[in-house]
Amino acid sequence: MKDNQASAATATPIEISLVSDQACLLQFSNVISDAVADQISLVTTALRELEGIIDLIPSYTTLLVVFDTSCFDRFAIQKALQGVLASIDWSSAGNRVSQEVVIPVYYGPEVGPDLEDVAKHCQLDTDEVIRLHSTTTYRAYAIGFTPGFAFLGNTPEALHVPRKTTPRLKVPIGSVAIAERQTAVYPSVTPGGWQILGRTPIALVNWASDSLALINAGDSVRFEPMTKEEFLAQGGNLDGF
Amino acid sequence: MAFKVLKPGMLTLLQDLGRHGYQHLGVTSGGPMDEVAFRWGNALLDNPDNAPQLEITFGMLSLEATQPTSIAIAGADLGATINGEAVMPWQTYEVKAGDVLNFQQPKFGLRAYLAVKGGFLATPVLGSVATVTRESLGGFDGKGSKVQKGDLLPFHATSNHTPRHLPRLAIPNYEQAEIDVVTGYQYARFSGLDRARFFNSDYTLSQNCDRMGYRLEGQAVGQDQPGIISEGIAYGAIQIPSDGNPIVLLRDRQTIGGYPKIGCVTSISGGFLSQKKPGDKIGFRFMTIDQAERERHLTLARIHQWR
Repeated sequence: MKDNQASAATATPIEISLVSDQACLLQFSNVISDAVADQISLVTTALRELEGIIDLIPSYTTLLVVFDTSCFDRFAIQKALQGVLASIDWSSAGNRVSQEVVIPVYYGPEVGPDLEDVAKHCQLDTDEVIRLHSTTTYRAYAIGFTPGFAFLGNTPEALHVPRKTTPRLKVPIGSVAIAERQTAVYPSVTPGGWQILGRTPIALVNWASDSLALINAGDSVRFEPMTKEEFLAQGGNLDGF
Repeated sequence: MAFKVLKPGMLTLLQDLGRHGYQHLGVTSGGPMDEVAFRWGNALLDNPDNAPQLEITFGMLSLEATQPTSIAIAGADLGATINGEAVMPWQTYEVKAGDVLNFQQPKFGLRAYLAVKGGFLATPVLGSVATVTRESLGGFDGKGSKVQKGDLLPFHATSNHTPRHLPRLAIPNYEQAEIDVVTGYQYARFSGLDRARFFNSDYTLSQNCDRMGYRLEGQAVGQDQPGIISEGIAYGAIQIPSDGNPIVLLRDRQTIGGYPKIGCVTSISGGFLSQKKPGDKIGFRFMTIDQAERERHLTLARIHQWR
Protein backbone atom coordinates (compact mmCIF):
# COMPACT_ATOMS: atom_id res chain seq x y z
CA MET A 1 0.00 0.00 0.00
CA LYS A 2 2.66 2.46 1.07
CA ASP A 3 4.80 1.50 -1.92
CA ASN A 4 1.90 2.23 -4.22
CA GLN A 5 1.43 5.64 -2.68
CA ALA A 6 5.11 6.43 -2.98
CA SER A 7 5.30 5.29 -6.57
CA ALA A 8 2.17 7.20 -7.44
CA ALA A 9 3.97 10.40 -6.47
CA THR A 10 7.42 9.50 -7.76
CA ALA A 11 8.70 8.00 -10.99
CA THR A 12 10.55 5.35 -8.97
CA PRO A 13 9.68 4.14 -5.47
CA ILE A 14 11.80 5.42 -2.60
CA GLU A 15 14.56 2.93 -1.93
CA ILE A 16 15.75 2.41 1.62
CA SER A 17 19.24 0.97 1.97
CA LEU A 18 21.47 0.41 4.95
CA VAL A 19 24.74 2.31 4.64
CA SER A 20 26.35 1.23 7.91
CA ASP A 21 25.36 -0.02 11.35
CA GLN A 22 24.26 3.56 12.14
CA ALA A 23 22.87 5.02 8.93
CA CYS A 24 20.30 4.46 6.17
CA LEU A 25 19.99 6.19 2.84
CA LEU A 26 16.67 7.02 1.23
CA GLN A 27 17.09 7.33 -2.52
CA PHE A 28 14.19 9.26 -4.09
CA SER A 29 15.31 9.35 -7.70
CA ASN A 30 18.40 9.32 -9.89
CA VAL A 31 17.48 12.65 -11.42
CA ILE A 32 17.49 16.09 -9.82
CA SER A 33 14.14 17.88 -10.02
CA ASP A 34 11.97 20.24 -8.02
CA ALA A 35 9.38 17.49 -7.54
CA VAL A 36 12.01 15.23 -5.97
CA ALA A 37 13.30 18.08 -3.82
CA ASP A 38 9.73 18.73 -2.62
CA GLN A 39 9.36 15.10 -1.57
CA ILE A 40 12.68 15.15 0.26
CA SER A 41 11.59 18.26 2.18
CA LEU A 42 8.34 16.58 3.11
CA VAL A 43 10.02 13.39 4.34
CA THR A 44 12.74 15.30 6.21
CA THR A 45 10.08 17.27 8.09
CA ALA A 46 8.11 14.11 8.89
CA LEU A 47 11.20 12.25 10.16
CA ARG A 48 12.08 15.06 12.58
CA GLU A 49 9.20 13.80 14.72
CA LEU A 50 10.63 10.29 14.93
CA GLU A 51 12.38 9.55 18.22
CA GLY A 52 15.83 7.98 17.93
CA ILE A 53 16.90 9.84 14.79
CA ILE A 54 20.26 11.53 15.37
CA ASP A 55 20.83 13.36 12.10
CA LEU A 56 19.10 13.93 8.78
CA ILE A 57 21.12 15.06 5.76
CA PRO A 58 18.90 15.96 2.80
CA SER A 59 20.63 16.37 -0.54
CA TYR A 60 19.60 16.59 -4.21
CA THR A 61 18.03 13.14 -4.62
CA THR A 62 18.71 11.45 -1.28
CA LEU A 63 18.19 11.72 2.45
CA LEU A 64 20.77 10.20 4.80
CA VAL A 65 19.28 9.12 8.12
CA VAL A 66 21.65 8.58 11.06
CA PHE A 67 19.95 6.66 13.85
CA ASP A 68 20.59 5.84 17.49
CA THR A 69 21.63 2.20 17.64
CA SER A 70 20.17 1.94 21.14
CA CYS A 71 16.70 2.74 19.70
CA PHE A 72 16.76 0.84 16.40
CA ASP A 73 18.30 -2.26 14.93
CA ARG A 74 18.57 -2.76 11.17
CA PHE A 75 15.06 -4.15 10.90
CA ALA A 76 13.37 -1.65 13.23
CA ILE A 77 14.81 1.40 11.48
CA GLN A 78 13.65 0.24 8.05
CA LYS A 79 10.23 -0.55 9.43
CA ALA A 80 9.99 2.84 11.13
CA LEU A 81 11.06 4.64 7.94
CA GLN A 82 8.52 2.70 5.88
CA GLY A 83 5.86 3.60 8.42
CA VAL A 84 6.64 7.30 8.14
CA LEU A 85 6.74 7.15 4.34
CA ALA A 86 3.35 5.39 4.34
CA SER A 87 1.80 8.10 6.51
CA ILE A 88 2.87 10.98 4.28
CA ASP A 89 0.27 12.83 2.25
CA TRP A 90 2.22 13.09 -1.01
CA SER A 91 -0.36 15.38 -2.58
CA SER A 92 0.91 18.18 -0.35
CA ALA A 93 4.41 17.90 -1.81
CA GLY A 94 3.71 20.32 -4.65
CA ASN A 95 2.13 23.08 -2.60
CA ARG A 96 4.69 23.27 0.15
CA VAL A 97 5.18 26.68 1.73
CA SER A 98 8.88 27.30 1.55
CA GLN A 99 10.71 30.08 3.25
CA GLU A 100 11.82 32.76 0.83
CA VAL A 101 15.20 34.25 1.60
CA VAL A 102 16.29 37.51 -0.04
CA ILE A 103 20.00 38.22 -0.02
CA PRO A 104 21.22 41.73 -0.87
CA VAL A 105 24.36 41.72 -3.00
CA TYR A 106 26.79 44.39 -4.05
CA TYR A 107 27.93 43.32 -7.50
CA GLY A 108 31.07 45.45 -7.90
CA PRO A 109 34.61 45.05 -9.18
CA GLU A 110 36.18 45.33 -5.69
CA VAL A 111 34.22 42.34 -4.34
CA GLY A 112 33.37 40.50 -7.57
CA PRO A 113 36.75 39.89 -9.22
CA ASP A 114 35.35 37.36 -11.70
CA LEU A 115 32.45 39.51 -12.93
CA GLU A 116 34.36 40.63 -16.07
CA ASP A 117 35.61 37.12 -16.90
CA VAL A 118 32.14 35.65 -16.51
CA ALA A 119 30.68 38.34 -18.77
CA LYS A 120 33.35 37.63 -21.38
CA HIS A 121 32.84 33.86 -21.14
CA CYS A 122 29.07 34.21 -21.48
CA GLN A 123 29.33 36.92 -24.16
CA LEU A 124 27.22 39.31 -22.12
CA ASP A 125 27.96 42.65 -20.51
CA THR A 126 28.35 42.78 -16.74
CA ASP A 127 24.97 44.49 -16.23
CA GLU A 128 23.29 41.61 -18.03
CA VAL A 129 25.18 39.07 -15.87
CA ILE A 130 23.94 40.89 -12.75
CA ARG A 131 20.40 41.12 -14.11
CA LEU A 132 20.25 37.41 -14.96
CA HIS A 133 21.73 36.36 -11.63
CA SER A 134 19.42 38.56 -9.57
CA THR A 135 16.14 37.94 -11.41
CA THR A 136 16.18 34.16 -10.97
CA THR A 137 14.61 32.45 -7.97
CA TYR A 138 16.80 29.59 -6.79
CA ARG A 139 16.17 26.57 -4.69
CA ALA A 140 18.48 25.36 -1.91
CA TYR A 141 19.02 21.73 -2.92
CA ALA A 142 21.61 20.86 -0.31
CA ILE A 143 23.69 22.38 2.49
CA GLY A 144 27.25 21.25 2.99
CA PHE A 145 30.91 21.81 2.07
CA THR A 146 31.12 24.13 5.10
CA PRO A 147 28.46 24.97 7.71
CA GLY A 148 25.69 27.01 6.10
CA PHE A 149 27.01 26.69 2.52
CA ALA A 150 23.85 26.29 0.40
CA PHE A 151 24.03 24.81 -3.09
CA LEU A 152 21.48 26.90 -5.00
CA GLY A 153 20.14 25.98 -8.42
CA ASN A 154 19.61 26.46 -11.18
CA THR A 155 21.31 29.45 -12.75
CA PRO A 156 19.98 30.57 -16.17
CA GLU A 157 21.70 28.70 -18.99
CA ALA A 158 23.28 31.89 -20.29
CA LEU A 159 25.25 32.10 -17.01
CA HIS A 160 26.71 28.61 -17.01
CA VAL A 161 30.45 28.88 -16.43
CA PRO A 162 33.06 26.31 -15.36
CA ARG A 163 34.85 26.50 -12.02
CA LYS A 164 38.14 28.37 -11.97
CA THR A 165 41.07 26.20 -13.04
CA THR A 166 42.99 27.19 -9.90
CA PRO A 167 40.82 27.58 -6.79
CA ARG A 168 41.44 30.59 -4.56
CA LEU A 169 43.00 29.70 -1.21
CA LYS A 170 40.86 32.24 0.64
CA VAL A 171 37.45 33.31 -0.55
CA PRO A 172 36.23 36.25 1.58
CA ILE A 173 33.18 35.75 3.78
CA GLY A 174 29.88 36.68 2.09
CA SER A 175 31.21 36.19 -1.46
CA VAL A 176 28.46 35.36 -3.97
CA ALA A 177 29.66 33.00 -6.67
CA ILE A 178 28.53 30.80 -9.56
CA ALA A 179 29.80 27.56 -11.11
CA GLU A 180 28.16 25.41 -13.73
CA ARG A 181 24.40 25.39 -12.94
CA GLN A 182 24.79 26.52 -9.34
CA THR A 183 25.25 29.60 -7.23
CA ALA A 184 26.14 30.05 -3.56
CA VAL A 185 27.24 32.42 -0.84
CA TYR A 186 30.41 31.59 1.14
CA PRO A 187 29.39 31.70 4.85
CA SER A 188 32.99 31.58 6.11
CA VAL A 189 36.48 32.13 4.75
CA THR A 190 37.44 28.95 2.89
CA PRO A 191 39.27 27.90 -0.24
CA GLY A 192 36.96 27.95 -3.25
CA GLY A 193 36.95 27.56 -6.99
CA TRP A 194 33.69 29.24 -7.95
CA GLN A 195 33.50 32.46 -9.98
CA ILE A 196 32.87 35.39 -7.64
CA LEU A 197 30.37 38.03 -8.75
CA GLY A 198 29.80 40.09 -5.61
CA ARG A 199 29.37 40.10 -1.86
CA THR A 200 26.56 40.28 0.67
CA PRO A 201 26.94 42.24 3.92
CA ILE A 202 24.62 39.90 5.85
CA ALA A 203 25.72 36.89 7.88
CA LEU A 204 24.76 33.46 6.57
CA VAL A 205 25.29 31.69 9.89
CA ASN A 206 24.88 32.84 13.45
CA TRP A 207 25.17 29.99 15.93
CA ALA A 208 24.03 32.27 18.75
CA SER A 209 20.66 32.95 17.07
CA ASP A 210 17.65 30.63 17.09
CA SER A 211 17.57 30.31 13.32
CA LEU A 212 21.30 29.33 13.18
CA ALA A 213 21.58 29.41 9.40
CA LEU A 214 19.91 31.86 7.02
CA ILE A 215 19.27 29.24 4.33
CA ASN A 216 17.86 25.77 4.94
CA ALA A 217 17.54 22.97 2.38
CA GLY A 218 14.31 23.45 0.44
CA ASP A 219 14.20 27.25 0.80
CA SER A 220 13.69 29.63 -2.11
CA VAL A 221 16.46 32.19 -2.48
CA ARG A 222 16.69 35.44 -4.43
CA PHE A 223 19.51 37.94 -4.78
CA GLU A 224 18.79 41.66 -4.78
CA PRO A 225 21.36 44.09 -6.17
CA MET A 226 22.44 46.88 -3.81
CA THR A 227 24.64 49.92 -4.35
CA LYS A 228 28.13 50.24 -2.92
CA GLU A 229 26.80 52.89 -0.49
CA GLU A 230 24.04 50.57 0.76
CA PHE A 231 26.56 47.72 1.04
CA LEU A 232 28.91 49.83 3.17
CA ALA A 233 26.02 51.25 5.23
CA GLN A 234 24.96 47.69 6.11
CA GLY A 235 28.42 46.89 7.40
CA GLY A 236 29.88 45.38 4.23
CA ASN A 237 33.62 45.59 3.69
CA LEU A 238 35.59 45.70 0.47
CA ASP A 239 38.71 43.85 1.64
CA GLY A 240 39.92 40.44 0.64
CA PHE A 241 41.26 40.67 -2.89
CA MET B 1 40.25 23.08 39.90
CA ALA B 2 42.15 22.74 36.72
CA PHE B 3 45.06 21.36 34.78
CA LYS B 4 47.57 23.96 33.72
CA VAL B 5 49.00 23.25 30.27
CA LEU B 6 52.82 23.22 30.42
CA LYS B 7 53.20 21.75 26.91
CA PRO B 8 50.17 21.54 24.57
CA GLY B 9 51.23 18.43 22.62
CA MET B 10 50.87 17.79 18.89
CA LEU B 11 47.08 17.93 18.89
CA THR B 12 45.08 17.93 22.10
CA LEU B 13 41.35 18.52 21.76
CA LEU B 14 38.36 18.59 24.09
CA GLN B 15 35.80 16.04 22.89
CA ASP B 16 32.45 14.63 23.93
CA LEU B 17 30.40 12.09 21.95
CA GLY B 18 29.81 14.67 19.23
CA ARG B 19 27.62 17.45 17.89
CA HIS B 20 24.49 15.75 16.66
CA GLY B 21 21.42 17.11 14.92
CA TYR B 22 23.07 19.85 12.83
CA GLN B 23 24.46 17.96 9.87
CA HIS B 24 21.60 19.25 7.70
CA LEU B 25 23.22 22.69 8.14
CA GLY B 26 26.60 21.34 7.07
CA VAL B 27 27.91 21.12 10.66
CA THR B 28 30.00 17.99 11.12
CA SER B 29 29.64 15.77 14.18
CA GLY B 30 33.17 15.77 15.61
CA GLY B 31 33.53 13.54 18.66
CA PRO B 32 36.14 11.01 19.73
CA MET B 33 38.08 9.29 16.95
CA ASP B 34 38.09 6.16 19.12
CA GLU B 35 34.58 6.04 20.55
CA VAL B 36 35.10 2.81 22.49
CA ALA B 37 38.22 4.12 24.29
CA PHE B 38 36.35 7.33 25.11
CA ARG B 39 33.40 5.40 26.55
CA TRP B 40 35.74 3.29 28.68
CA GLY B 41 37.40 6.48 29.98
CA ASN B 42 34.08 7.71 31.38
CA ALA B 43 33.06 4.25 32.59
CA LEU B 44 36.28 3.91 34.61
CA LEU B 45 35.38 7.05 36.58
CA ASP B 46 31.64 6.35 36.64
CA ASN B 47 31.10 9.58 34.68
CA PRO B 48 28.10 10.17 32.39
CA ASP B 49 28.75 8.67 28.91
CA ASN B 50 29.05 12.11 27.35
CA ALA B 51 31.36 13.75 29.96
CA PRO B 52 34.05 15.80 28.13
CA GLN B 53 37.56 14.35 27.91
CA LEU B 54 40.84 15.30 26.28
CA GLU B 55 41.74 13.49 23.09
CA ILE B 56 45.53 13.43 22.98
CA THR B 57 46.93 12.67 19.55
CA PHE B 58 50.55 11.47 19.45
CA GLY B 59 51.51 12.91 22.88
CA MET B 60 54.11 15.58 23.85
CA LEU B 61 51.56 16.92 26.33
CA SER B 62 52.43 18.10 29.82
CA LEU B 63 49.83 19.09 32.42
CA GLU B 64 50.14 20.26 36.02
CA ALA B 65 47.21 19.75 38.38
CA THR B 66 46.27 22.79 40.47
CA GLN B 67 43.76 20.75 42.53
CA PRO B 68 43.23 17.07 43.38
CA THR B 69 41.15 14.84 41.13
CA SER B 70 40.78 11.29 39.96
CA ILE B 71 41.70 10.58 36.33
CA ALA B 72 41.36 7.73 33.89
CA ILE B 73 43.57 7.10 30.88
CA ALA B 74 42.12 5.10 28.00
CA GLY B 75 43.11 4.35 24.41
CA ALA B 76 46.66 4.53 23.15
CA ASP B 77 49.72 3.99 25.32
CA LEU B 78 51.53 7.28 24.80
CA GLY B 79 54.15 6.61 27.46
CA ALA B 80 52.27 8.55 30.14
CA THR B 81 53.90 9.41 33.48
CA ILE B 82 52.71 11.00 36.71
CA ASN B 83 55.58 12.84 38.39
CA GLY B 84 57.95 10.84 36.21
CA GLU B 85 56.51 7.48 37.15
CA ALA B 86 55.15 5.40 34.25
CA VAL B 87 51.38 4.85 34.22
CA MET B 88 49.48 2.46 31.96
CA PRO B 89 46.26 3.22 30.13
CA TRP B 90 42.90 1.56 31.00
CA GLN B 91 43.17 2.51 34.69
CA THR B 92 42.23 5.27 37.11
CA TYR B 93 44.84 7.25 39.04
CA GLU B 94 44.72 9.66 41.93
CA VAL B 95 46.14 13.10 41.15
CA LYS B 96 47.11 15.66 43.80
CA ALA B 97 47.69 19.39 43.48
CA GLY B 98 51.12 19.96 41.93
CA ASP B 99 51.32 16.58 40.23
CA VAL B 100 52.67 16.68 36.68
CA LEU B 101 51.13 14.42 34.05
CA ASN B 102 53.13 13.81 30.87
CA PHE B 103 52.23 12.05 27.65
CA GLN B 104 55.37 11.35 25.66
CA GLN B 105 55.17 9.38 22.41
CA PRO B 106 53.07 6.54 21.00
CA LYS B 107 54.04 3.02 22.11
CA PHE B 108 50.76 1.39 21.08
CA GLY B 109 48.12 3.29 19.16
CA LEU B 110 47.98 7.02 18.40
CA ARG B 111 45.23 8.66 20.47
CA ALA B 112 44.84 8.57 24.23
CA TYR B 113 41.88 9.81 26.22
CA LEU B 114 42.25 11.63 29.52
CA ALA B 115 39.09 11.70 31.62
CA VAL B 116 38.70 13.51 34.94
CA LYS B 117 36.10 12.74 37.58
CA GLY B 118 32.91 14.57 36.52
CA GLY B 119 34.37 15.59 33.15
CA PHE B 120 36.18 18.71 31.96
CA LEU B 121 34.09 21.88 32.17
CA ALA B 122 33.25 23.87 29.05
CA THR B 123 30.18 25.55 27.57
CA PRO B 124 28.62 23.54 24.74
CA VAL B 125 28.13 25.13 21.33
CA LEU B 126 25.20 23.64 19.37
CA GLY B 127 24.75 21.11 22.14
CA SER B 128 28.32 19.83 22.28
CA VAL B 129 31.83 20.73 23.41
CA ALA B 130 33.41 18.61 20.63
CA THR B 131 36.25 20.63 19.12
CA VAL B 132 36.13 21.04 15.35
CA THR B 133 38.92 23.49 14.52
CA ARG B 134 37.91 23.76 10.84
CA GLU B 135 34.44 24.98 11.83
CA SER B 136 35.60 27.11 14.79
CA LEU B 137 33.18 25.23 17.05
CA GLY B 138 33.55 23.68 20.49
CA GLY B 139 36.56 23.28 22.74
CA PHE B 140 37.30 25.09 25.99
CA ASP B 141 36.81 28.52 24.34
CA GLY B 142 33.79 27.53 22.21
CA LYS B 143 35.68 28.72 19.12
CA GLY B 144 37.23 25.43 18.10
CA SER B 145 40.70 26.11 19.52
CA LYS B 146 42.97 23.20 20.32
CA VAL B 147 44.59 23.09 23.75
CA GLN B 148 47.40 25.66 24.00
CA LYS B 149 50.31 26.33 26.32
CA GLY B 150 49.22 28.20 29.45
CA ASP B 151 45.55 27.17 29.13
CA LEU B 152 43.71 26.23 32.30
CA LEU B 153 41.54 23.16 31.70
CA PRO B 154 38.87 23.31 34.41
CA PHE B 155 37.19 20.49 36.34
CA HIS B 156 35.50 20.12 39.73
CA ALA B 157 38.16 19.12 42.25
CA THR B 158 37.63 15.96 44.29
CA SER B 159 39.66 13.88 46.71
CA ASN B 160 37.46 10.84 46.17
CA HIS B 161 39.40 8.26 44.27
CA THR B 162 38.38 4.70 43.40
CA PRO B 163 41.12 2.56 41.87
CA ARG B 164 39.71 0.71 38.89
CA HIS B 165 41.13 -0.96 35.82
CA LEU B 166 39.82 -2.82 32.81
CA PRO B 167 39.84 -6.59 32.75
CA ARG B 168 42.71 -7.62 30.49
CA LEU B 169 40.40 -9.31 28.01
CA ALA B 170 38.44 -6.11 27.45
CA ILE B 171 41.50 -4.13 26.37
CA PRO B 172 41.43 -3.53 22.59
CA ASN B 173 44.41 -4.77 20.60
CA TYR B 174 45.51 -1.80 18.50
CA GLU B 175 47.96 -3.97 16.61
CA GLN B 176 45.00 -5.47 14.79
CA ALA B 177 45.41 -4.58 11.12
CA GLU B 178 42.08 -5.89 9.79
CA ILE B 179 39.44 -3.19 9.42
CA ASP B 180 35.83 -4.35 9.10
CA VAL B 181 33.76 -3.02 6.23
CA VAL B 182 30.09 -3.34 5.41
CA THR B 183 29.34 -3.02 1.72
CA GLY B 184 26.62 -0.64 0.79
CA TYR B 185 24.28 0.43 -1.91
CA GLN B 186 27.07 1.60 -4.25
CA TYR B 187 29.11 -1.63 -4.03
CA ALA B 188 27.36 -2.84 -7.19
CA ARG B 189 29.07 -0.06 -9.16
CA PHE B 190 32.45 -1.73 -8.64
CA SER B 191 33.59 -4.64 -10.82
CA GLY B 192 34.27 -8.11 -9.43
CA LEU B 193 37.96 -7.51 -9.96
CA ASP B 194 37.87 -4.21 -8.04
CA ARG B 195 36.01 -5.81 -5.14
CA ALA B 196 38.51 -8.67 -4.99
CA ARG B 197 41.42 -6.23 -5.10
CA PHE B 198 39.90 -4.07 -2.39
CA PHE B 199 39.46 -6.92 0.08
CA ASN B 200 42.70 -8.70 -0.73
CA SER B 201 45.25 -5.88 -0.75
CA ASP B 202 47.24 -4.16 1.94
CA TYR B 203 46.81 -0.41 2.16
CA THR B 204 49.29 2.01 3.69
CA LEU B 205 48.11 5.06 5.61
CA SER B 206 49.37 8.15 3.75
CA GLN B 207 50.60 11.38 5.33
CA ASN B 208 47.11 12.78 4.67
CA CYS B 209 45.41 11.28 7.69
CA ASP B 210 43.55 13.53 10.07
CA ARG B 211 40.28 13.78 11.96
CA MET B 212 38.40 14.40 8.69
CA GLY B 213 39.56 11.26 6.99
CA TYR B 214 42.33 8.78 6.28
CA ARG B 215 43.71 8.73 2.76
CA LEU B 216 45.18 5.34 1.90
CA GLU B 217 47.75 4.23 -0.66
CA GLY B 218 48.02 0.87 -2.37
CA GLN B 219 46.07 -1.10 -4.92
CA ALA B 220 43.88 1.39 -6.77
CA VAL B 221 40.27 0.33 -7.31
CA GLY B 222 37.50 1.69 -9.51
CA GLN B 223 39.54 4.54 -10.99
CA ASP B 224 37.80 7.11 -13.14
CA GLN B 225 34.32 6.17 -11.99
CA PRO B 226 31.89 8.97 -12.74
CA GLY B 227 30.94 10.99 -9.68
CA ILE B 228 27.55 10.58 -8.07
CA ILE B 229 25.05 13.28 -7.22
CA SER B 230 26.28 14.73 -3.90
CA GLU B 231 24.70 12.99 -0.93
CA GLY B 232 25.04 12.77 2.84
CA ILE B 233 28.15 10.96 4.05
CA ALA B 234 27.94 8.45 6.89
CA TYR B 235 30.72 7.95 9.45
CA GLY B 236 33.26 5.47 8.06
CA ALA B 237 32.24 5.87 4.40
CA ILE B 238 35.00 4.73 2.03
CA GLN B 239 35.13 7.12 -0.90
CA ILE B 240 36.92 6.23 -4.11
CA PRO B 241 38.17 9.37 -5.88
CA SER B 242 39.34 9.26 -9.50
CA ASP B 243 42.88 8.08 -8.61
CA GLY B 244 41.34 4.95 -7.06
CA ASN B 245 43.01 5.33 -3.65
CA PRO B 246 40.39 4.90 -0.92
CA ILE B 247 39.61 7.66 1.60
CA VAL B 248 37.91 6.64 4.85
CA LEU B 249 35.81 9.50 6.20
CA LEU B 250 35.89 9.90 9.96
CA ARG B 251 34.57 12.20 12.73
CA ASP B 252 35.26 15.63 11.20
CA ARG B 253 34.19 14.63 7.66
CA GLN B 254 32.31 16.95 5.34
CA THR B 255 28.59 16.26 5.56
CA ILE B 256 27.95 15.75 1.84
CA GLY B 257 30.07 14.60 -1.08
CA GLY B 258 29.97 13.23 -4.58
CA TYR B 259 32.54 10.43 -4.78
CA PRO B 260 31.32 6.85 -5.16
CA LYS B 261 31.65 4.69 -2.03
CA ILE B 262 32.70 1.08 -2.03
CA GLY B 263 31.55 0.50 1.55
CA CYS B 264 31.60 1.77 5.10
CA VAL B 265 34.00 1.01 7.95
CA THR B 266 31.95 -0.17 10.94
CA SER B 267 31.51 2.16 13.90
CA ILE B 268 33.66 -0.10 16.09
CA SER B 269 36.40 -0.71 13.52
CA GLY B 270 36.66 3.04 12.81
CA GLY B 271 38.12 3.41 16.30
CA PHE B 272 40.83 0.84 15.55
CA LEU B 273 41.65 2.60 12.28
CA SER B 274 41.93 5.91 14.15
CA GLN B 275 44.65 4.41 16.34
CA LYS B 276 46.83 3.83 13.22
CA LYS B 277 49.54 6.23 12.04
CA PRO B 278 50.80 7.31 8.61
CA GLY B 279 52.96 4.46 7.28
CA ASP B 280 50.98 1.72 9.07
CA LYS B 281 49.47 -1.02 6.92
CA ILE B 282 45.88 -2.21 7.08
CA GLY B 283 43.62 -4.59 5.19
CA PHE B 284 39.86 -4.50 4.75
CA ARG B 285 37.69 -7.41 5.88
CA PHE B 286 34.13 -7.98 4.71
CA MET B 287 31.52 -7.94 7.45
CA THR B 288 27.76 -8.32 7.17
CA ILE B 289 25.61 -5.55 8.60
CA ASP B 290 24.14 -7.89 11.22
CA GLN B 291 27.64 -8.83 12.42
CA ALA B 292 28.52 -5.13 12.60
CA GLU B 293 25.38 -4.40 14.56
CA ARG B 294 25.98 -7.30 16.95
CA GLU B 295 29.58 -6.24 17.52
CA ARG B 296 28.49 -2.70 18.40
CA HIS B 297 25.80 -3.91 20.79
CA LEU B 298 28.15 -6.35 22.50
CA THR B 299 30.89 -3.74 22.86
CA LEU B 300 28.56 -1.13 24.36
CA ALA B 301 26.82 -3.71 26.56
CA ARG B 302 30.18 -4.86 27.93
CA ILE B 303 31.02 -1.30 28.98
CA HIS B 304 27.61 -0.79 30.62
CA GLN B 305 27.67 -4.09 32.47
CA TRP B 306 31.19 -3.48 33.73
CA ARG B 307 30.12 -0.13 35.23
